[in-house]
Amino acid sequence: MQNTAISVSDLSKKYDDRLAVSHINFEVPLGIVCGFVGPNGSGKTTTMRMLLGLITPTTGQGHILGEPIEHPEKYLSRVGAMIEGPAFYPALSGYENLMVLAKLGGFPIDRVQELLDKVGLGDRGKSKFKTYSLGMKQRLGIAAALLPNPKLLMLDEPTNGLDPEGIQEVRALLRDLANDGTTVFVSSHLLSELEIISDYIVMLRKGEIVFAGPIGELMAQQQPTIIAKSLNHSDLARIVEISEKAGHHAVIRNDSVHILAEMDWAPVLNKAAFDAGITLAQLAPQLPNLEETFFEMTGDK
Amino acid sequence: MLNVVKAEIRKLRRPTLFFGTIGSALFFTGLITSFIYLMIDSPQGNGDRGRTIGREVLELSSGSVNGFASVGNFLGIIALCVFAAQTAQEYTYGTLRNLLIRQPGRMKILIGKLISMKLFALVMISIAAVVSIAISYFLAPGAKVSTDLWFTSEGFQEIFTTYINVSISVFAFGIVGMILGLLLRSPISAISFGVLWLLIVENLLIAVKSSLQSWLPGAQLSAIASGGLPDLTYKHALTVGGIYVVVGAAIASVLFVRRDVAN
Repeated sequence: MQNTAISVSDLSKKYDDRLAVSHINFEVPLGIVCGFVGPNGSGKTTTMRMLLGLITPTTGQGHILGEPIEHPEKYLSRVGAMIEGPAFYPALSGYENLMVLAKLGGFPIDRVQELLDKVGLGDRGKSKFKTYSLGMKQRLGIAAALLPNPKLLMLDEPTNGLDPEGIQEVRALLRDLANDGTTVFVSSHLLSELEIISDYIVMLRKGEIVFAGPIGELMAQQQPTIIAKSLNHSDLARIVEISEKAGHHAVIRNDSVHILAEMDWAPVLNKAAFDAGITLAQLAPQLPNLEETFFEMTGDK
Repeated sequence: MLNVVKAEIRKLRRPTLFFGTIGSALFFTGLITSFIYLMIDSPQGNGDRGRTIGREVLELSSGSVNGFASVGNFLGIIALCVFAAQTAQEYTYGTLRNLLIRQPGRMKILIGKLISMKLFALVMISIAAVVSIAISYFLAPGAKVSTDLWFTSEGFQEIFTTYINVSISVFAFGIVGMILGLLLRSPISAISFGVLWLLIVENLLIAVKSSLQSWLPGAQLSAIASGGLPDLTYKHALTVGGIYVVVGAAIASVLFVRRDVAN
């Protein structure tokens, strides 16, 4: 019995002379939440499209729920997906839009109202899609992806446009689905959200895999960081200089210096800064989180 | 396949689209059919491009469907617009990816869409036929046109034949719209190109060189609706028009099946 939901080997997509996805390999086990992260243009959506049979890979193979991606008809009835935002007919109501997809997939039509209720659109189902807010459109997209009662759910930025309450609801929904055995493959810019719900991470950079594996393994690879902020903004560069001289890599990010160093180096830095006439406004050791790790691994400042 | 047809019908039965399309068809049907009878004695003519359709023609067994055959071209253009918009909008709205995720068989999507739109067009054609014959019947006495031969067995045969010819023509116009929608992937581009070509470019070309009438696609499809024209036989129009539609449909289908869905 196969135990991977997604398996990809040497998968590439070339547009003209540009490799959008370059020979990537990764596996996603069944029944987990897998975060799919990477900067804009790193190839996340292209990869998802290849996995859904929407675009043909230039090289390589992929398997979804044990079936080859060359034959999407063998697995798409068990897959729910929303990629590149919710796309529906503006002049049809949310209910009618879901009915079109339910009819097309041959799914029970009573599931439509059930799903509208589940995503919090039960009372707005009869309104036209064009009157929906961005958050409501996103919820409808999630409902559409859930129509087949999927074994694998692929969502591209599902929390775009949602308010904090909506984000929390989606997070809980995805976690519940995973607990019920659905594999969730989700991309998001909200890395803190992914960190909370993901068991597994696939990280892309410029079309190449930077990391694919359990999130705990990723964090264990990362060094702790010290965040230093000076009273005078112009001193940040000098803090970087002090850190680099001591052999610790440091970068300026969001008006503070992020230094790769163990927590016990913080007092040393404090003294060195004092001796250099720099007044520190903040000096905080920070355990690695997904966002920091993402920036480190993708080289994105 | 049946699922695709059912899904497409849900989109086509939207009141704005359904009643808007039927309303346009009825407007042109009423206008063109009425003109034939109300302008019967006009020196400017009462038919297409100033032609005169006299009482002796209207009193034939085919008289009841003369107006309906004349409106076939307009019904075809309406079908072209609807087919083009319904096809191209899947690209502009990005909904094609939803359709292909739920039904990865691309030819099934294409054929299912075509069947549902043909059913939609058939409803429009049927309503237009009934309304045109009814208007003709009520205006005939005022225009001193005898309707004695209209509802004989030969008259019903003429109604049936014209209905089939108009349907073939409208379906072919619709398929041309669908091809343009698939090729251009934008409703505005597909409709503008189709309508401008059929209503303006072809007429200009034919005005410059009349022999082109035998070879241009729109002229063939219009001739099919009329059951042939004095200088363009039905058989020739059916053959040439058929070749245009089959070749265009084959190219568009191959593109639709093989092309990446990247929007």
